[in-house]
Amino acid sequence: MVAETMTSARGDRPSGKPPALVVDHLTKRFGDRTAFEDVSFSVAQGEVFGFLGPNGAGKTTTVRTLGTLIAPTSGSASVAGIPLTSVNGPEIRQRIAIMPENPGLYRRLTVTENLQLFAGLYEQRNGAARIGEALEAVNLTARAGDLCGSLSKGLLQRVGLARALLNDPAVMFLDEPTSGLDPVSTREVNDLINGLRQRGVTVFLTTHRLEEAERLCDRVAILNTRLRLVGRPDELRERLFSRSLLVETLHPVVAPDDVFNSTEGVESWRPEGTSSYVVNVADPRNIAPHLTRALVAAGADVVSISESRHSLEDVYLQLIDDDPEASQR
Amino acid sequence: MKFSFGRLGAVLRKELREYRRSPFIVGTMALLPLVFLVEPLITIFRIGPSVAANVVDKAVGATFLVLLIAPALLPAVIAAYSVVGEREQGTLEPLLTTPLRREELLLGKAVGVVVPAVGIAYVLFALIQVCARLFASNAAVVSALGQGPHILAEILFAPLLAGWSICVGIGISTRASDVRVAQQLGTLSSLPPLAVVALVSFNVFTPSVTLAVVFAMVLLVADVVLFRIVVALFDRERLITGASARRSSSGDGQVPPAGAVRRIRRIGGTDDG
Repeated sequence: MVAETMTSARGDRPSGKPPALVVDHLTKRFGDRTAFEDVSFSVAQGEVFGFLGPNGAGKTTTVRTLGTLIAPTSGSASVAGIPLTSVNGPEIRQRIAIMPENPGLYRRLTVTENLQLFAGLYEQRNGAARIGEALEAVNLTARAGDLCGSLSKGLLQRVGLARALLNDPAVMFLDEPTSGLDPVSTREVNDLINGLRQRGVTVFLTTHRLEEAERLCDRVAILNTRLRLVGRPDELRERLFSRSLLVETLHPVVAPDDVFNSTEGVESWRPEGTSSYVVNVADPRNIAPHLTRALVAAGADVVSISESRHSLEDVYLQLIDDDPEASQR
Repeated sequence: MKFSFGRLGAVLRKELREYRRSPFIVGTMALLPLVFLVEPLITIFRIGPSVAANVVDKAVGATFLVLLIAPALLPAVIAAYSVVGEREQGTLEPLLTTPLRREELLLGKAVGVVVPAVGIAYVLFALIQVCARLFASNAAVVSALGQGPHILAEILFAPLLAGWSICVGIGISTRASDVRVAQQLGTLSSLPPLAVVALVSFNVFTPSVTLAVVFAMVLLVADVVLFRIVVALFDRERLITGASARRSSSGDGQVPPAGAVRRIRRIGGTDDG
């Protein structure tokens, strides 16, 4: 239900600069199949924007469309300030970088040779220097002469990221950049994304790792053919879930209804297990001391009172569970 | 954004580097014509001093046919791999995310195949000339091999025939969904021009400088037209998603669909490339 009411929310982030990405009622169909429909959002310059959704939701097709690899069926968009039209394709591609899920490197060529190809395609005048900087940024200088065929998946992903840095893009699309990486490599990629944010690069990140999106992204969008929700992760939590306190006592409270309902600011409560309670409140920080006193006065042995934290995963699952299209997929 | 020789050069350098890393690709290209040349070479070396001139011409014609088969037939297999192979190894999408225009990509790939194919053809031609001077017992054989029209035909036709089969091969490669199918179809691509070459080699048409130049001009025009058709067949959307732009886009949106038909009209223009 929540998803339906928020379907067309653009969720703009206020900013003085013109947005890096503006998507307006964009739709892509392949024959009878709809990849994504009526998608609208905008991404500010320098923002890290997470794009989440289940498999087949249309995330990669959206990236390909914004990257001018495929043409939308209807709607409009501008990428790096350039209107998305077939004529503007090369100009847009000059100002963006896309790292697909599979880095797609030439395995018989060395890391440097792979990057030389792409530096040439971007017509970099100082190609050698750019390649050196990109390799340094992903900590791969020592492996510059290695054949790509001899590298592990994590290293290949880093080469892919180095390639995406070559043209100093205004907008970088990263499609599942940490897919299949071990925790150390994942952390390195995440550090790199944070580094991009500090350099003012707009990052459009599609990922299945919700904790990663929560940690890295200024805002996230949840797509399931249609856009379900756009906003900051904490904002989404507040929009979907009421704020609550988790109360744990040593033994069950004797008359919990009397205790909780008589405390000012408590909206509702429910038991969670034998001696735990979830108490919905408007302002957890201010209500917690009152509630503690009320519980102690009622003879309860309070073990802990803490604010319940809903993760982005909770938000995501709530939306997807409510979505009839997801269950049909 | 205009056609860029810089981007074309980047594609070409990549192609040549890949050959250098896999010398067997070029090595096996040379192997087949060498095998086919053994029989005609033995024939012309065994021609005695008293053999009639028409017999010499026929034997030399057969040798030339094999020499021209090499640039026409051999690059087709590699050309047929060019696009569908990139697609299968996952390297096509990253290429297409750059400002690279389709003309630059395809021409870079075509030149990348022409260079080894024509190189091999010229080396084989030179080898035969040297062998004939060293081993042929009939002076007429050496003379026939060194005739101006023959040399001109080799110099002109080797790149033009290679160009034809490479264009057809790449065209097949842009539409095929499987490398094996593309390569099998690619080998058929060289047959039409070879039919004409065969007619000349067997003296159905008398070889002359005029005929060589006229045929070369016709082949050049055919190569250019064919390349433009191949560029028009290159559909980014189909190559990446498997669905053609024309089929997947209704064209009722604000963004014009990148339909194949519209692209054909824009060849050489400033389309998305």
